[in-house]
Amino acid sequence: MLSIDNLHAGCEGKTILQGINLDVKAGEVHAIMGPNGSGKSTLSTVIAGHEEYNVSQGSILFNGDDISELSADERAHLGIFLSFQYPVEIPGVSVTNFIKTAINQNRKAKGLDDMPANEMLKKIREKAALLEIDSRFLSRSLNEGFSGGEKKRNEIFQMAMLEPKLAILDETDSGLDIDALRIVANGVNKLKGKDNAIVVITHYQRLLDYIVPDFVHVLHEGRIVKSGTKDLALELEEKGYDWIKQGA
Amino acid sequence: MDLKETLLSSYLAFDAQDGPQRKLQDERAAAIEVFEQQGFPTIKQEDWKYTSLRTLTKTHFSVFPKEDVNLKLEEVKQYILQDVDTYKIVFVDGVYNAYLSETTHDGVDVCLLSAALTKRKFAPVIKKYFNQIADKEASLTALNTAFTKEGAYIYVPEGKVVEKPVQIIHFATDKNPNMILQPRNLIVLEKNAEIQIVERHQSLTAEATFSNVVTEIFTEQNAQLDYYKIQNDNVEATLIDSTYISQQKHSHAKVHTFSFGGKLTRNNLNFYHKAPEINSTMKGITLIEGKQFVDHHTLVHHAQPNSESHQDYKGIYAENATGVFNGKIIVEKEAQKTNAFQQNNNILMDDKASINTKPQLEIFADDVKCSHGCTIGQLDEDALFYLQSRGIPKKEARGLLTYAFANNVLQSVQIDSVKKRINKLIANKLGVNIGFDV
Repeated sequence: MLSIDNLHAGCEGKTILQGINLDVKAGEVHAIMGPNGSGKSTLSTVIAGHEEYNVSQGSILFNGDDISELSADERAHLGIFLSFQYPVEIPGVSVTNFIKTAINQNRKAKGLDDMPANEMLKKIREKAALLEIDSRFLSRSLNEGFSGGEKKRNEIFQMAMLEPKLAILDETDSGLDIDALRIVANGVNKLKGKDNAIVVITHYQRLLDYIVPDFVHVLHEGRIVKSGTKDLALELEEKGYDWIKQGA
Repeated sequence: MDLKETLLSSYLAFDAQDGPQRKLQDERAAAIEVFEQQGFPTIKQEDWKYTSLRTLTKTHFSVFPKEDVNLKLEEVKQYILQDVDTYKIVFVDGVYNAYLSETTHDGVDVCLLSAALTKRKFAPVIKKYFNQIADKEASLTALNTAFTKEGAYIYVPEGKVVEKPVQIIHFATDKNPNMILQPRNLIVLEKNAEIQIVERHQSLTAEATFSNVVTEIFTEQNAQLDYYKIQNDNVEATLIDSTYISQQKHSHAKVHTFSFGGKLTRNNLNFYHKAPEINSTMKGITLIEGKQFVDHHTLVHHAQPNSESHQDYKGIYAENATGVFNGKIIVEKEAQKTNAFQQNNNILMDDKASINTKPQLEIFADDVKCSHGCTIGQLDEDALFYLQSRGIPKKEARGLLTYAFANNVLQSVQIDSVKKRINKLIANKLGVNIGFDV
């Protein structure tokens, strides 16, 4: 599904990713771990298509097609979703109106008409229930004044609504208490299937107790320096990142 | 001949005509003198520093219409709110159009100034209110007074709530090209009276038009005014709007100004407090592009204690468009416990767009709360990326963010039909078709 080859990328003239290789197949869950500043968020931002980041070398293929020239919305239309580490506050746009607009713009890109209002409402209710979000929350301005946990839950709500093929979760666990973590993980696991893939970016092992990865990769100084199974995450939890840094 | 000379010589002909203007001879004679002395404002005057009328004063305009024009409803339907029952006072090239209008004398007078000037029963109201709050020393207001003949006359007696909004609409047609239109509106709300008004000026010609409008409004004790100005004219239309509102105790006057188009638009919006415990609200959205120019000059004169004023203006300027916001708040020594709030936020969409914004506070009382803030910025790149990452294309994402930016001004619009109309105008201006039902 996602095939990254020798990716060098960065912004403002600084190369942050120094040759990433990553292969994610449908049905798989990958975890990317690593110390602060190792390039984890840059990787997710580059895959999602932020204009300010440039790819200087290498390629990103999605289902066999090079997507590095596509805009962020075109990537979203292909089924790529990024759950933001820091979701942006947008006063004046309600959660409901935002998600409606997003769904209908995705449908438009596929040549479909707007989703009928009753169908939309039903879907919103269903997904909100899954994430234990109440209806008052949905009429609030997008992310404005949301707690850290509410923001993350809202991200996964959007993911559940958009049903992407590839979901990248950038530190979705940060700012979550244990109950919220369970709710969010439950929402993510509902999406999991043989046609979808998930990339979880995290500092800590604890989210991986709920969203169990098939592969774990360690990122350091813009490169994947170690890959393994979920046991690698446990080992990192126990030993920290220093031994990786030294090995690299 | 420049425009000033044309106007001065036209005045003699206008003055010699038999008509409702005869009733105002003294006021008009004094006014033309003020205009003759001062002429058109120039950028040397502080209040006109950013707003040049040079091109306007070199353009030929005529005071008198050449012919009567009949407009079919089909031709102008789009400019008239249709999905709400309203009274309508419609003028075409400065002349009242009975066919498009719906006036009343049933418990409230919604009619013409020309009628009010000539009929005896209105004389006490005219005497008490006409030209009483308008600034006699402001040259363009004086110019309007000198040529006063026609406009909207609305009188709401004590305790009366006008059930239907009133639309005041002026059309300029190509049958009478290059007209200068100088409507004069007088609106009086007696104690506990309430009204909603929507005003619009629309040019239907590709020729230049110039509207120099003066509106005087009096809100007596506890009266409620809810006024909407929809300014979405074509690129050859110049509008100078001077609105003077005199408020009595416990009255609340609200004015929303939506400025979406025109060659040059200048809004002089003035609130004068004549008693304590008054509320004044002024809000606006300006959304222009090309070489359009919009100037908002507001004034709130707090003269008595325990009053509030609330200003919130949003501006979005694209391409080479230019905006001016000058918000003047005067708090007199007697006006203790005044609460004056002023906010002006602007987004410049392109490098060549510009805005000059200036709060102007003159505070002589010591126990007051006055806050003001202005911002000038661009759309947030991170917010754009966030929206795009959800599949919303850049153009639509910009539209949604722009809409969100202006949205809180729309929330206080009380007439659904106006709100819908403004939503649609914004969507059209932004060239996007997304669900603006936030």
